[in-house]
Formats: sequence, C-alpha cells, structure tokens
Amino acid sequence: MALSQLASSSPSRSVNLLKPLLSAISLHRPISTDTTPITVETSVPFTAHQCEAPSRTVQTNAQELLNFFRDMAVMRRMEIAADSLYKAKLIRGFCHLYDGQEAVAVGMEAALTKKDCIITSYRDHCTFVGRDGTLLEVFAELMGRQAGCSKGKGGSMHFYKKDSNFYGGHGIVGAQVPLGCGLAFAQKYCKDEAVTFALYGDGAANQGQLFEALNISALWNLPAILVCENNHYGMGTAEWRAAKSPAYYKRGDYAPGLKVDGMDALAVKQACAFAKEHALKNGPIILEMDTYRYHGHSMSDPGSTYRTRDEITGVRQERDPIERIRKLILLHDLATEKELKDIEKEVRKEVDDAIAQAKENPVPEPSKLFSDVYAKGLGVESFGADRKEVRATLA
Amino acid sequence: MAAIFQGVGAAAPLSSSPSNSFDSNKSVFSPRRSFSVSKRVSFAVVRSDGKVNLNPKGRRDQRLIPNAVATNAGSAAASKQGHELLLFEALQEGLEEEMERDPRVCVMGEDVGHYGGSYKVTKGLAKRFGDLRVLDTPIAENSFTGMGIGAAMTGLRPVIEGMNMGFLLLAFNQISNNCGMLHYTSGGQFTIPVVVRGPGGVGRQLGAEHSQRLESYFQSIPGIQMVACSTPYNAKGLMKAAIRSENPVILFEHVLLYNLKERIPDEDYICNLEEAEMVRPGEHVTILTYSRMRYHVMQAAKTLVNKGYDPEVIDIRSLKPFDLYTIGNSVKKTHRVLIVEECMRTGGIGASLTAAITENFNDYLDAPIMCLSSQDVPTPYAGTLEEVTVVQPAQIVTAVEQLCQ
Repeated sequence: MALSQLASSSPSRSVNLLKPLLSAISLHRPISTDTTPITVETSVPFTAHQCEAPSRTVQTNAQELLNFFRDMAVMRRMEIAADSLYKAKLIRGFCHLYDGQEAVAVGMEAALTKKDCIITSYRDHCTFVGRDGTLLEVFAELMGRQAGCSKGKGGSMHFYKKDSNFYGGHGIVGAQVPLGCGLAFAQKYCKDEAVTFALYGDGAANQGQLFEALNISALWNLPAILVCENNHYGMGTAEWRAAKSPAYYKRGDYAPGLKVDGMDALAVKQACAFAKEHALKNGPIILEMDTYRYHGHSMSDPGSTYRTRDEITGVRQERDPIERIRKLILLHDLATEKELKDIEKEVRKEVDDAIAQAKENPVPEPSKLFSDVYAKGLGVESFGADRKEVRATLA
Repeated sequence: MAAIFQGVGAAAPLSSSPSNSFDSNKSVFSPRRSFSVSKRVSFAVVRSDGKVNLNPKGRRDQRLIPNAVATNAGSAAASKQGHELLLFEALQEGLEEEMERDPRVCVMGEDVGHYGGSYKVTKGLAKRFGDLRVLDTPIAENSFTGMGIGAAMTGLRPVIEGMNMGFLLLAFNQISNNCGMLHYTSGGQFTIPVVVRGPGGVGRQLGAEHSQRLESYFQSIPGIQMVACSTPYNAKGLMKAAIRSENPVILFEHVLLYNLKERIPDEDYICNLEEAEMVRPGEHVTILTYSRMRYHVMQAAKTLVNKGYDPEVIDIRSLKPFDLYTIGNSVKKTHRVLIVEECMRTGGIGASLTAAITENFNDYLDAPIMCLSSQDVPTPYAGTLEEVTVVQPAQIVTAVEQLCQ
C-alpha cells in the first residue's frame, strides 16, 4: 500500500521505475467500485448572486468518480475522432466540438434524472452522449447516415433524444432558451416535479430573447435553470469585447445566480443539484459554468487567431477536467494508473468500432427527403403541396 | 340557373357587409355531399370524398345546385336549427370547446387572459380555465412563441396569439426554424402541434405596420400549414381542426371580419385544413380568393351576374398547401382564372398560386391567369389612399370582363 501511495502521489517520471514492480504486486486488484462516500472539496468556492452559495464540500464515491472518468474519456475521444473525420471530409458542414468542456455535461448528468429536460445549442455531441445517446448514433448522424439519431437529416447541430428528454441541438444562437423555458412551462403544467436545464454560451448571453424568456419564467415561477457555458469566446470574439458585463451569473438581475468552476465535474454536480432544488421551489436560477474549449469555435475556425497557443496549453495543463478526476482517483487509490490507461484504451477501441460501424451504415433513402415534413394526424391527407397526385406527397 | 341566382341576388341586401344573405334559401336544396362540409350530425373529419383520382364527371353531377354557399348547414334536414353568432364568438366557441375537450390545450398571448383578448376571441376563458391555461404574456413575441413551441415539443398544445399578425415578425426565427423544421431535423421524434393565430390584413386606416399580410412571408417555410378563415362557420371549424392537428398551423384571421354574423350548427364539426370552399359554382371564370377579399369578390359577383356572367368563386382557405384538387377541377371546367388577394403583388400567395396552376393545368387555360393583389406599397394612413392599395369590387368586375373577352 505504501508503495502505491508513493507512486500515485508523485506522478512524475522518476517513479516510473516502481511501476512494473507495482503492477506485479497489485496484480488483478479490481478497480474500486464501492459507494462509500468520499468527501472532496471543489477547487474554488462558488460565487453567488441573490442567493446563498452551496457548500464547497461535495460527497462522491469511487463508482461515481470512475464513471466520470470513463464518460469524459469517451466524450474526449469522440470529439477528437470527429476532428479527424471532419478533416477526412466524412463529416461536412459545421462541426462544433466540446473537448475541454466535458465536466459540464458529466457533472450535470450526475445531479439529474432522465425526467429532467436538457436543451442546448449546437455544441451538443457530448450532452447527447450524457443523455444515453450511443456512439453509433453520434457518428452516423455526423456522417449523415440512416442510423443517426435524427436519421441523418439533422446533422451535427440537430441531435435529439426524446426518450431521455434531450431536446437538442439548435443552430440559431439563443433560440433554444425560450424553447427551454417552454419545456419548464410544460413541466409545471403537467406537475412533473422535474426541471429543465437550458444551456447556452457566453455569446448567446447577449440575446434579447434570453432575457424575455427569463422574465416570463420568473413571473410564472417556472422550474427553469439557465446555464451559461462560458468558454470566454463567442466564436472569435472574446467575452470582454462582446459583453459590457461578463458576470453572466449576475445578468439575471432579479434571478439568483451562481458562478461555478466548469472544469471541475464535482463542482458542477453540486451546483446543478442546488439549482434543481432551488428551481422547483423558487423559479428560475442562472448558473455560469466557467469552462474552456480547446478547439476553435467550429472545425472551420483554427482557434488561434483570437487567443494564444500558450493560453490553450496553459488551461490544458492546469485545469483539464479529465486530469483532475484522474488525480483524484489516484489520490484516493481507487485505481492504478495502468488501469486508467486501460480504460482509455478500451474507450478508444469503442469509439473506433462505432466509427467503423457508422461508416458501413447506408445513407438515407431518397424517398426520405419528403418524410417527416408533416406529422400524420386525424387521418387527414394532404393533397401534396403544389404537386400532381402522382408525385411525392408530403408524409 | 342564372335566373334563380339572380332572384336570390336581388333579395340580398346590397351593402358590402357580408351578412350571409344566402341563408334563407338553403332549405330549398337538398343536402349533398359537398366539397367541404359534412351535413352529418356526428362530428367527423370533414373532407370531400374522392381522394386523389380526378373524377370530373362524377363531381359535375353533384354540382347541380347553383347557389351552393357551402358554409351553412341550415339546409340539412337532420341538423338542428343552429345558433347565430359573430366571427370572433365563433373562434371563441371553437377554442373553448377544444380546451374543454383536451386539457393539454392552452392559450398564450398578450392580453388574452384577464383583459379577454384585444379582439375578444379569448373572452371569458381565463375565468373558466384559470391562469395556467390562459396565459398573459409580456410583450415578448420571440420568447413566448419559442416557449409555446418548447411546450409543444413535450406534448402540450398551445395556441399562440399574436395581437396583430405583424408582431409575429419578431418571432419569425422561432416559427421558421423551430416550429416548421423541428419535426424534420429530429428525424420525426418531435411533433409541434401549435396553432399560431392572430388578425392581419388591411384594416381601417391602421397604418402601415399594423396592416401587414404575413401569409406571403410564411408560405415558404417547410413543415407548417397555413389557413385563412373568412366566415364564422369556417372560423370555428378551422380553429378546431388546427388545434387537433399534429402539425403546426398558422391561422390567419382578418381585422375587419370579426363582426360578421352567421348561423352555425349546434353540433360539433370541423373543417378540413387542406380543403378549399366552393362559395358559388359557375361556368365562365374561376375566381380564387381568401379572407376578406372573398366579400369583395361576392359583391363583384352580384354585378357580374347582372351583366350576364357566371363566375365560379372559390375561397381557397388553405394557403399552404393549396387545394389543387378543387382548384384544378374548377379550372378544367371554366378555363379562365382570376386570383383576387389582399397580399402584395410581389411574392404573394397569388404569385405562388399562379405558378402552381400554370405548372399543373396549363393545357386547360384559355387565357393567362390574372392576379389582382394589393399594391407593393406600405399601407398608407389616408383613407382614400388605403382604398386604392387594396383590390376593390369594381376592379374585379373589370378584370373578369377583360378575361372573358
């Protein structure tokens, strides 16, 4: 045990000598999946506006931490793979990658149930996976194949999963926030006792419809939580150039807000649990997740014209969400480094398999062009808008 | 036939107010399976029989009745007397019945609740159904339309009111991208059963921004249906059908038509969303129109009949998709088409309809299609100028005469 403590607490190169010895000694010790609570402190305290900040101390356990690690590894690998696929021209159009921000998706899921709704913008691949979307559905949709979650007709910006209450996937900046408040309205109307998390970015935070929706939600006391994933850049414009007040958690004015370190999955979990409880009783609340994206805004943006490479590498070294969980796991001796690396290898293989499977999948049939334009209802048939009877009728 | 109609025409009041003078003569004619109205007592999807195949001979036999204003069910021996009401009351009745029938139906808009609606369409609903089902929103069209659509994604059926259709321009993004396209981009996962409704059209000197006709802007949006009501009968029927439809429907009402009076059936009925209404069958020329222009056309029709013409007037009702079946049959019969609309000339409903008819029925046309629309100008405030902006009955008469040369 002493040896392993030594090894995990100083993950520098010099202790590599001990590693083969270690793995020989601690052969086949299973990765800890027990649920005895572990108490961890978040990296930074929460900053609150118009409410009491939750405590910095978070309860977690081995199983949760390992799940976090695995899920974030899947997300990271998936996004990197999407990068290569885009460069190989298998993914076309727009592709907005989420790597660096995984902690937000993963931490949020840990605090919610599938009865709660999530709606987000076009940077939706990882949020979709967090809501139990499969890798095949992701890659097939990105490549425009039939097995995609939207049958190949939506694309990168239009991932939806109705059965897990994931409402997408929206291309127009900020338009998802009123939709999200509408979801919260429906939850209140149907007395669901669930909440809606409407995610948007620091760029969308300046949209008028956001404040309109917040006003209505506060008036009608809706269980809506507006989450600003602040990665500090609205496409190519830094936040200080776009917002007079970049304290997004305060911009709700009468609505309480909380600023959270978005690279710390446990802090995100704590904040989301707090927000859920608050929203069910007191109406809307704003969460600002201080996070960062390593890629540019989308694949057509190199991401280096408006920020320095040093900044990116700096964040990667200091604040990377996966590294943080890895350190936590090793610190509490829940798994060895090798085991974690094995998990990553496994994840890599899983992603590669999904890609291979997606590549095999066929493109949608031409007749599907006209399907799902309208929903069939009442048995009323459309005569086929402006087309002769023999031509395609809108299904 | 013409003689009978003339008699009726003379008996009718000559004012332009369309108080449905055709009422009294209904009982003379036996009920028929008409194009758009079911005379049966039980509620049913009202649609014309004969799905897709063209059967002109069969239809012609049915159309022996010269004065088929197909709206009123007073002629049906089986149905009860019905009750008289104004168009806005008909809309309210339809809305109320649907809200009672389905607890998922809710109304949101400005001043719809406590105030009762700026055109009284939602009067009394808030008292009856409560604040959670009849929602007063702040003046924020973009967001409350978005919220209605978001709620519809989960299965609620909101009826979103724009106080004036023109205000919905602020919500164009939500209507176009989210309302129209979500069903498609989600691969069929979500349906958006919303109804977006409100008064539009040119009123009495309301000014340019409050006299807009948005049907021309919305018509290209894939995934939505658009209908325009023109009588209390079809207003109630279309409102109910729109609420029950799984597709997003935009219901265009007209500011000047809210006080039309008509007798409508007591029983439950709906109007088919995709069907046009045969207002007056005829032989010489097909006049296609919708909303308020229907009344200008009917007024012109009186003059035309006196001059010896026999126009066939069809209220197209369904602006998207067009009912090319009814329209086509008419074109095949008369071979001349005149479109009378309140939209602007450029890019209006008439423009699309002209294209659709030319594409599909070019061989049947004896003359180029004429389209009378409003001028391509912002509607002026001055009364005399406003009158000139919109199509007047005299112009319709001249157009028909020109067409039938």
